[in-house]
Amino acid sequence: MAGLVPAIHALPPAKAWMPGTRPGMTRRGDVMTDIAQLEQELSTAVAAASDEAALEAVRVAALGKSGSVTALLKTLGGLTPDERKVQGPAINGLKDRVNAALNARRDGFKGAALDARLATETVDVTLPVRETAAEAGRVHPISQVVDELTAIFADMGFAVAEGPDIETDDYNFTKLNFPEGHPAREMHDTFYFPPKPDGSRMLLRTHTSPVQVRTMLAQKPPIRVIIPGRTYRSDSDQTHTPMFHQVEGLVIDKGAHLGHLKWILQEFCKAFFEVDNVNMRFRPSFFPFTEPSLEVDIQCRRDKGEVRFGEGDDWLEILGCGMVHPNVLRNCGLDPDEVQGFAWGMGIDRIAMLKYGMPDLRAFFEADVRWLAHYGFRPLDFPTLAGGLST
Amino acid sequence: MKFTLAWLKEYLDTDASLDEIVQKLTMIGLEVESVEDKGKQLAPYVIAKVVEAKQHPNADRLRVCMVDTGDGNPIQVVCGAPNARTGMTGVFVPPGAFVPGKGITLQVGTIRGVESRGMLVSEAELEISDDHDGIIELPDDAPLGASFAKYKGLDDAVIDINLTPNRPDCTGVNGVARDLAAADIGALKERTPKSIKGEFPCPVSVKLDFGQTHPLCPAFALRLVRGVKNGPSPEWLQKRLKAIGLRPINALVDITNFITHDRGRPLHVFDAKKVKGNLIVRRANNGEQLLALDGKTYTLDQAMCVIADDSGPESLAGIMGGEASGCDENTTDVLIESALWDPINIAQTGRKLGINSDARYRFERGVDPNFMAPGLELATQMVMELCGGTPSEVTVAGKAEAPEKIVDFPTSELKRLAGLDLSLIEMRRVLTKLGFFVAGQDSRVKVAAPSWRPDIEGKADIVEEIVRIVGVDRIPSTPFDRGDAPRKPVLTTAQVRTRKAKRALAARGLTEAVTWSFISKPQAELFGGGAKELALANPIAAELSDMRPSLIPGLVAAAQKNADRGFPDTALFEVGQIFKGDKPEDQFMAATGVRRALARSSGAGRHWSSKAADVDAFDAKADALAVLAAAGAPAQAMQVVPGGPAWFHPGRSGTIQIGPQNILGHFGELHPRALEALDAEGPLVAFEVILERIPEGKAKATRAKAVLELSQFQPVTRDFAFVVDRAVKAADIQRAAQNVDRKLISGVGVFDVYEGQGIDAGKKSVAIAVTIQPREKTMTDQEIDALAAKIVAEVSKRTGGVLRA
Repeated sequence: MAGLVPAIHALPPAKAWMPGTRPGMTRRGDVMTDIAQLEQELSTAVAAASDEAALEAVRVAALGKSGSVTALLKTLGGLTPDERKVQGPAINGLKDRVNAALNARRDGFKGAALDARLATETVDVTLPVRETAAEAGRVHPISQVVDELTAIFADMGFAVAEGPDIETDDYNFTKLNFPEGHPAREMHDTFYFPPKPDGSRMLLRTHTSPVQVRTMLAQKPPIRVIIPGRTYRSDSDQTHTPMFHQVEGLVIDKGAHLGHLKWILQEFCKAFFEVDNVNMRFRPSFFPFTEPSLEVDIQCRRDKGEVRFGEGDDWLEILGCGMVHPNVLRNCGLDPDEVQGFAWGMGIDRIAMLKYGMPDLRAFFEADVRWLAHYGFRPLDFPTLAGGLST
Repeated sequence: MKFTLAWLKEYLDTDASLDEIVQKLTMIGLEVESVEDKGKQLAPYVIAKVVEAKQHPNADRLRVCMVDTGDGNPIQVVCGAPNARTGMTGVFVPPGAFVPGKGITLQVGTIRGVESRGMLVSEAELEISDDHDGIIELPDDAPLGASFAKYKGLDDAVIDINLTPNRPDCTGVNGVARDLAAADIGALKERTPKSIKGEFPCPVSVKLDFGQTHPLCPAFALRLVRGVKNGPSPEWLQKRLKAIGLRPINALVDITNFITHDRGRPLHVFDAKKVKGNLIVRRANNGEQLLALDGKTYTLDQAMCVIADDSGPESLAGIMGGEASGCDENTTDVLIESALWDPINIAQTGRKLGINSDARYRFERGVDPNFMAPGLELATQMVMELCGGTPSEVTVAGKAEAPEKIVDFPTSELKRLAGLDLSLIEMRRVLTKLGFFVAGQDSRVKVAAPSWRPDIEGKADIVEEIVRIVGVDRIPSTPFDRGDAPRKPVLTTAQVRTRKAKRALAARGLTEAVTWSFISKPQAELFGGGAKELALANPIAAELSDMRPSLIPGLVAAAQKNADRGFPDTALFEVGQIFKGDKPEDQFMAATGVRRALARSSGAGRHWSSKAADVDAFDAKADALAVLAAAGAPAQAMQVVPGGPAWFHPGRSGTIQIGPQNILGHFGELHPRALEALDAEGPLVAFEVILERIPEGKAKATRAKAVLELSQFQPVTRDFAFVVDRAVKAADIQRAAQNVDRKLISGVGVFDVYEGQGIDAGKKSVAIAVTIQPREKTMTDQEIDALAAKIVAEVSKRTGGVLRA
C-alpha cells in the first residue's frame, strides 16, 4: 500500500491516462510494469483531485465500465492459468488499493466539509444560564429549624403535636395552673378577642403549652411529643415581635424525672448546635405549669455577633423546663401520684438566631428577599441526622 | 429586687466573696440580673492633696498641679477645674484607669506642652452625681492614698435579682439572706422586732366594710405615734435607699420604704392631722377619684379597694397612698398602717390603673401574714428612734393568720421526681434552714411550710426546695431510653404535607416568607374575613388587627415592599395558618404564593435566552399544581374550572376542585381592585391551596408499587388542529378526544393555541396531539384512520370544533 500514499507533488490531469489511449498495454512481459505505472498514475490522480466530483471522475476512469483498471481485469479471462496466477492477484490488488485510496480521499473531503461547517457554528459559552429554580428558591430559617428539631427528637422517639393559634383562656392559662389574676399571667402580654355573650374570651396563645393540655387530654401516657408553633404576645421592640415561634417538649411516662430531662436536653443541644460538647447550667426558676422549674443556660463565647458553643465563659439562657406541675396533671385528668412527666420550651427564632447568627429577630418577619436569600436554606438541603443537620 | 452587699450582711454572717454570693444566688433560683460594684470600678481612685497649683505657662484656664498621694512623690497633673488650688484635698487617678463618666481609659498626656500624669476628677466623671462644676473637694483630714470609694462608702455593691413571681419572701433582704444561709453561704442573723407597749389607746378606729362582697382586706393594724419630728432621714438610711434607686423623702416615708425592702413588708404612713374621723376600708365607689402620691389622679371603681376617712379615699389600698394625707416635714402625729390585702385584687387594680409600686410588687405576690404585726412594731421602733414621739396601742381589724400548710411527704418523692438520692438528714437540714418544720423519721414525713411561703402547695414544691438549695447539678444526667415502641413515622399527614409543600415551592424558585398572622381589617374584609370574633380586642397596631383569612395580603405586601427596595421580580410563598372562625376546626393550613413582574416559573428577571415576559396565570397554576402534587393530591380526580374568588381577575383565574363541593384552591392574576386596595402594583399572580382539603390516600397494606405493564407495540401520535369558539375550553377538547377510546388513547396534549390571521374573529385554533397506544396488536393504517375520524367527530360534537384545513 505504500505506493498509494497520496503523492504530494503536482500531477498531470487525470484524463491523460484514459484507457485505450495507452498503446501496448496488453503486451505480455510488460504487464507488471504497466500495473506499477498505472498505480503510480492513479495515485497521483487521486491526490490531485480537488473535490468530490474530480475524485469521482478518477474513480470512473479507473474502475468504471471502461476504466483502466477494469480493462486490466477484463484481460484476466484470456490468460493461461499460470499467467492468471501471477497477474490475477496483482491486478486485483491494484483494484483494492485504488478503491482504498479513493475512499480515504473521499473521507478526507467529508471531514474537511464537516470541520468547515462546525467552524462557523459557535456559541459564546460564557453567556450566563438561567439560575436553576431549586437554586433560587429558599426555605425560611424557621421551617428549617423546625425540620432540624423534628429530626433530632424523632430519633429519640418523639412525635410532633400541634394545636390552634386561637385558644381558650382555660387551655392557655387556667389548666396550666395560672390562677386568675396571678402576676404570672401578666408576664404574658396576651392578645384577646372580644368577650362572647357568656363573658368568656378567646385569645391568641401566648405559648405552645396549651397543646400539652390538648395532648394529655387526648392521649394516654406514655406521651412523647414536641410542639412547634406560632405564639403571640402584645410586645414589640428591638428584641420582641408580637408573633414568634416556640417549641415545647412533653414527656409523660412512669419514672420520667429531672435526670432524664437533663440528659434529653444535653443530647438535644449537642445535636442541634452540632458540637461535641455543650456545657449547660440548670438554674431553679419558676413557671406556673412546672414544679420544680428550671432555666437552662449554655456556655458560649460571643465574638462580634458570632456565638461559639462548647467554649468561652458567657452563659446564654436558652430554655425553661421542669416537672409537669401536679395541678396541670390533675387538670388533664391524670393522677400526679400515678404518672409524672416533664416539659420544656424554647424560642425557635431564638435558637435559630443563636445557631445561624442572625442579629435581629424582627428581620424574620420582614420577608426581605435579601435577608431570605442570605439566611434561608436551599430546598434540597433537607436536615437529616445522617447527613448532618446543616450541611 | 435590689439590695446592697452590706445590707445583705445585716442578715447574713458570711465570709463569702461578692462573686461567690452572686453565683450562689443565681444557682438557687434568685437569678442575678446585674451587679454594680463601684468599689471595684473605682479602685484606682485615691485621695490626694494638691501640694502646689500654679498657672499653666501656655493656657489661661489650666493649672499645673503637683499632687501627693501620701508617698511623698508628688505627681504632675494638668487640671482645668476652676477650684483646683494649692492645699486642697481631692481625688486622683493615675494613667491606665478607666474613667466611667468619660468612657475612656486615661493616658499619660501632654497638654499644651506640659506633661500630665493623671487626673483630678469630678463627681460626674465618676458617675456618682451630675456635678461637673469642679473637681471633688474632701476635708483636710481625709487619709491620703486611701481608696476614695471606701472613704465615701461607695464600695457597697448593688445586686439586682430578677425575682420570680412565686417568691414574696425574697422581696425583702432578710428573705434573700435566709435562702443563702440555707445554701451554706453563712449564717442567718434572725432579728425579731421588739413589741412596743402603747401608751394610750389608738384614737382612730378602723372598720373593714365589704358588705356582702368578697372581702379585699383580711386584716388591718394601725397605730398612732404622737409628737414626732419629721425631717430628712439619717445618712445611713438615705444612702441605703439611694443605692437601690429610691429617692429619700423624709424620715417617716423613708422608714416605710426601708422596711418594704428590708423585710418585704410594705407599710403606709398617714399624717394623722390630715385624716378626718375614723378609717374605713371598703370598695371604691365607681367614679371616685384619688390624687395619689405620684401626683396623678386616678379614677376608681368598685373592683378596687380604698382606705377612706370622712372626706373620702385617702389611700389606694396596698398600692399607693394619697397625696392629701401624706406625711411631710410638718407632720407631728403619724398613723402607721400595716395591713394584708387580697393579692389578686391588688394585681388587678395595679394593672388596671397602670401603677407599678413597690407595695403592689409585694402584696400581689402575697406578704407574710404573720409579719403584719411585727412589721408595725418594727416601724414604730424606727419612728421613735429617728423622729421621737409616743406610740399608741395597736388597733387591729380582721385577723392576720397564715393558713396552716402541712405536706405529707414520702421521702422517695425526691428520687421519683428529681432522680436524686438524698438522706432524710440532708433533706431536713435544708428544709429547716428555709424555715420549714419537718416532723417524723421514717420514709414518710410531714412538712409544714413557713408563713412567708404561700407558694408551697404540695410534694413537688418540697422537692423543688430541696433540689434548689442542694443544687440542680447534683442531679445525675440519666439516659432516657426510647423504649420498645416501634419506630414509626412521627409526622401526621398534615405535617408531611406542610413540609413537602414548602420544599416543593422553594424548589420552584419561590422564597419562603413568614408574615404576621394578623392583617388590617379592610384587608381581612377584602379577602373574605373580618368577622367580629377574629378581630383582636387589643391589637398592637391598626394594620395588625384581624386574623388573616388568606395569606395573599401579607405576601402581596411583602412583594411590594421588596419592589420598593429595588427588587421588583420576586416570587414569595408561605405555608401557614388561615382563620375562618375562632374554633380549632376553623383554622386551616394554606400554601400560598405570589409572583410579581418578571418572576416567572421558568426563571426570574430578564435573560438573553428569551424575551422578557410578565408573570401570568399559568405560572400560578403550575405552582398550585406542584404543591398539590407534592402534598399527594390525586391528579386524575382534580378539575380546573374558570374563575375564582373576588380577589382574582375574573377572566384570568381558575379554581382547582374535586367535584364542585371540594375546592382545593385557586390561582390566577389578582384583581386590579384588590391590588389597589393592597396598595400594590402588578403584574401580580397568586395561588392558594388549602392542604386539609386534599383527600387522604387510602392506607395500603404493602409498599410495593402496582405491577408495571409495558406494551410491546409502538405508540402512534396523530395531530389535529380544531377551530373552535374562543370560549371553548381546551380541557373540553382534550376530554372529548380522550373519551373516544379510554383504553387505546393514552394521552392528549395541547401543543398549539392560535388566534389571529387566518382564523376568524371570535375563534381560535387549538392543536392537540393524541397518543394512541395499541394494546393487543399493531394497528393498521385503516384502524388508525378510523379512530382519527371518530376523534374529529367527537370533538366536533362536544365543542363545535372544525378540523382546521
